[in-house]
Amino acid sequence: MTDLSTPPASLIGQSLLRREDYRFLTGAGQYTDDVVLPGQTYGVFLRSPYAHARINSIDLSKAAAAPGVVHIFTGADLAEAKVGGLPCGWLIHSKDGSPMKEPPHPVLAQGKVRHVGDQVALIVAESVLQAKDAAELIEVDYEVLTPVIDITSVEKAGASVHDEVADNVCYDWGHGGKEAVDAAFAKAAHVTTLSFANNRLIPNAMEPRAANAVYTRHDEAYTLYVANQNPHVERLLMCAFVLGLPESKVRVIAPDVGGGFGSKIFLYAEETALVWASKRVGRPIKWTAERSESFLTDAHGRDHATTAELALDEGGHFLAMRVHTIANMGAYLSTFASSVPTILYATLLAGQYKTPAIYAEVKAVFTNTAPVDAYRGAGRPEATYVVERLVETAAREMKIDPAEIRRRNFITEFPYATPVGLTYDIGNYEAHLAKAIAIADVAGFPARKAASAARGKLRGLGYSCYIEACGLAPSNIAGALGARAGLFEAGEVRVHPTGTVTVFTGSHSHGQGHETTFAQVVAAKLGIAVEAVEIVHGDTGRVPFGMGTYGSRSLSVGGTAIVKAVDKVIAKGKKIAAHLLEAADTDIEFENGEFSVKGTDKKVPFGAVALTAYVPHNYPLDKLEPGLNENAFYDPTNFTYPAGSYVCEVEVDPETGKTRVEKFTAVDDFGNIVNPMIVSGQVHGGIAQGLGQAMMEACRYDPESGQLLTGSYMDYTMPRADDLPSFTVDHTVTACTHNPLGVKGCGEAGAIGSPPAFINALTDALGVRDIAMPATAERVWRAANKLA
Amino acid sequence: MSVAISLTVNGKAVWASVDPRTLLVQFIREHLQLTGTHVGCDTAQCGACTVHLNGRAVKSCSMLAVQAQGAEITTIEGLATDGALHPMQAAFRESHGLQCGFCTPGMVMSALALLSDKPNANEQEIREGLDGNLCRCTGYHNIVKSIQLCQSGKAGATA
Repeated sequence: MTDLSTPPASLIGQSLLRREDYRFLTGAGQYTDDVVLPGQTYGVFLRSPYAHARINSIDLSKAAAAPGVVHIFTGADLAEAKVGGLPCGWLIHSKDGSPMKEPPHPVLAQGKVRHVGDQVALIVAESVLQAKDAAELIEVDYEVLTPVIDITSVEKAGASVHDEVADNVCYDWGHGGKEAVDAAFAKAAHVTTLSFANNRLIPNAMEPRAANAVYTRHDEAYTLYVANQNPHVERLLMCAFVLGLPESKVRVIAPDVGGGFGSKIFLYAEETALVWASKRVGRPIKWTAERSESFLTDAHGRDHATTAELALDEGGHFLAMRVHTIANMGAYLSTFASSVPTILYATLLAGQYKTPAIYAEVKAVFTNTAPVDAYRGAGRPEATYVVERLVETAAREMKIDPAEIRRRNFITEFPYATPVGLTYDIGNYEAHLAKAIAIADVAGFPARKAASAARGKLRGLGYSCYIEACGLAPSNIAGALGARAGLFEAGEVRVHPTGTVTVFTGSHSHGQGHETTFAQVVAAKLGIAVEAVEIVHGDTGRVPFGMGTYGSRSLSVGGTAIVKAVDKVIAKGKKIAAHLLEAADTDIEFENGEFSVKGTDKKVPFGAVALTAYVPHNYPLDKLEPGLNENAFYDPTNFTYPAGSYVCEVEVDPETGKTRVEKFTAVDDFGNIVNPMIVSGQVHGGIAQGLGQAMMEACRYDPESGQLLTGSYMDYTMPRADDLPSFTVDHTVTACTHNPLGVKGCGEAGAIGSPPAFINALTDALGVRDIAMPATAERVWRAANKLA
Repeated sequence: MSVAISLTVNGKAVWASVDPRTLLVQFIREHLQLTGTHVGCDTAQCGACTVHLNGRAVKSCSMLAVQAQGAEITTIEGLATDGALHPMQAAFRESHGLQCGFCTPGMVMSALALLSDKPNANEQEIREGLDGNLCRCTGYHNIVKSIQLCQSGKAGATA
């Protein structure tokens, strides 16, 4: 048996192997689709085959009589039951002060469908096959309408996605100092302008979305198993805004979740319909998306059309930046859609640089496509792409070394208030740039380029120096910016009588390894073995509260809530120890799992204090409650600001357009690191997604019909093992100044920093000013051969 | 209509009567409750459903259960011995070759088949050999390292 009394030396900073891996490696993981409940029925959604159509009638008569059918629901049933639409969690105001347009987002279509895959009916049957067979028998009379697809011309599309938003514009937002920017551009020695699309992506977590809902009569309560990143938020939105249920009657369990990348943050129609229908059916209903449904209905990412300008003086110092972006919201406002191209985008346009004046305008538009929302990085990859493409291009135009132009403009004094509303607490940008240049052997690049040229190949090198704002965020500031939710995190530390500990966290792990990292933190703080700490997450029935995992916030916000709860445990433990050791509370110290009286050898171990708290025979019951169980909520005082420098080196075969990433070097400053192995893994995955965006991934809709052209893995190009290189990942450290762990977050960095690094390297290799993402072999071949 | 099938799964004989439309992966997951084998796509592209059939890696989503009549099948649940991880499983753990765990069973089964065909595969050959399996979490970096650790014979040292 493991000795639970002594911790391994310095748990923080150790690459402990993950405790969750045994179950995943032996097939014992339990994902939502693995859950089968007694009396299980199966739900299938009938989906719109059209991008935009009016529903004249729905005839269920044949389908309802089909074998195995239990019940069929349509929008009419939900309207009759007064079920509301899905809410949007962030209110953005246009430049003219008017609130964004928030047309209804129905759970099942109400009279109209607005994208291919929009859900029209829910068929519940004894088996999936029977439900699918019945779905084929439903007759829907559609009146097909003109779809709105091209985001650059929605006002002239000749159709409205929502009748109440005639021009298809959700909001027209501005941020920053317009006059100062215009004045700076007027006196600039050089202006660099780029226009590009930030390509639309489909998240593609490997586990498709899934839900299983049941209503139990004995307690008149609902339980929902769902592949989700933030079960408490899911419950709050569903109860308060859609179904009008008390939260005390709804339990949301997000068990093992097979990746999220943002796409499982949101409250979706499918699980909402299932919860509502489960009471009417009186049996559990399970729905698991087929991959084609994931392509059609998971919230997509990015999809911006941008024109960006950078004004510089003759010395290459940045004077001002001006950005105009059109952002696609898709057919409906998904849960956090409105905040992504605004609050999470324009506020990051300073990057690592002391650009004194910045102004951004963002027009968000509705189209007849799937909703677009946060996807790994959410706004920050788009901002980084703007900044780092402008900077690299300006350097080339002004014949300044791209690393040197960055150095000339780096922010070097902290705290630093940007002109776009953030205050960076700390960083050392020169340090990670210098380290990345050294590791990438930039000095040896000319020789490698010459060697490539000798083989008829084109070699290029590109930088990207990104910053992100993570650890969302002070709730009061977010509220002032339009957030309709708090952004704190909750944690509970329950010490058991034997001294083992269960930690309940509102964060959720869907690959990030919280069960290991959080246990390291708690074991280190309490001075006990990591095996003595169990982490529980993903269940509103067990975890007190939570805001979930997104925006690289788990350790900096969720971890801090746990640390605060641990601190309360230690504080109470000191009082118990003081009683046991017959000393004053203020004379008790806690270190290495032992409470001791300052300056003496009198001490009592943590486990003995825990036992005393639950067997309070010798205990100050007149002053202190028994038990050792503490809750904490933590609301951050600022964002955290992870930053890093990436260097990408590519080689292009001009005869085929095939581009290989030869070297990819990432040096990140994530502040302190608890588990380096897990952090490196997060960076690898992020870079792969970023290179996927830059090299191969593109979601495409047919501009005429609005059909999704990239609706399977046959058409949507996911990075595979031989598309990618091994990565070189390293770190520099400036500890975050405003959380006790000094951590910043690492989940999104790779996806944020890598696309511009790749495109900067590729344009360098090709000797062209710009190339569109994804830089497919065809596009590269055309560029290499000077073809249109 | 249903069809009787009998086969061996993870060393145990199993009999069942199945709808002829039943896919092998549905049989494994729903009839045998071996839910370690996953379904990640509908087009035989992602490899999450990979199992061994008579010693060869196959995508169990693109076979009917009735086609496995008489076959010997190994799923991810059949690899560990008395709770001790198979060296390939240990290698994935020690090299952090998994994050969310969803692609992992298929990835491990494919990796075993890869090394069975090509024990000394170099990095490029390993990457090419993984082409039938998608992972969205790891960027494949540590999956490649896991397979190399298994090749080295040193996996399992820290289990």
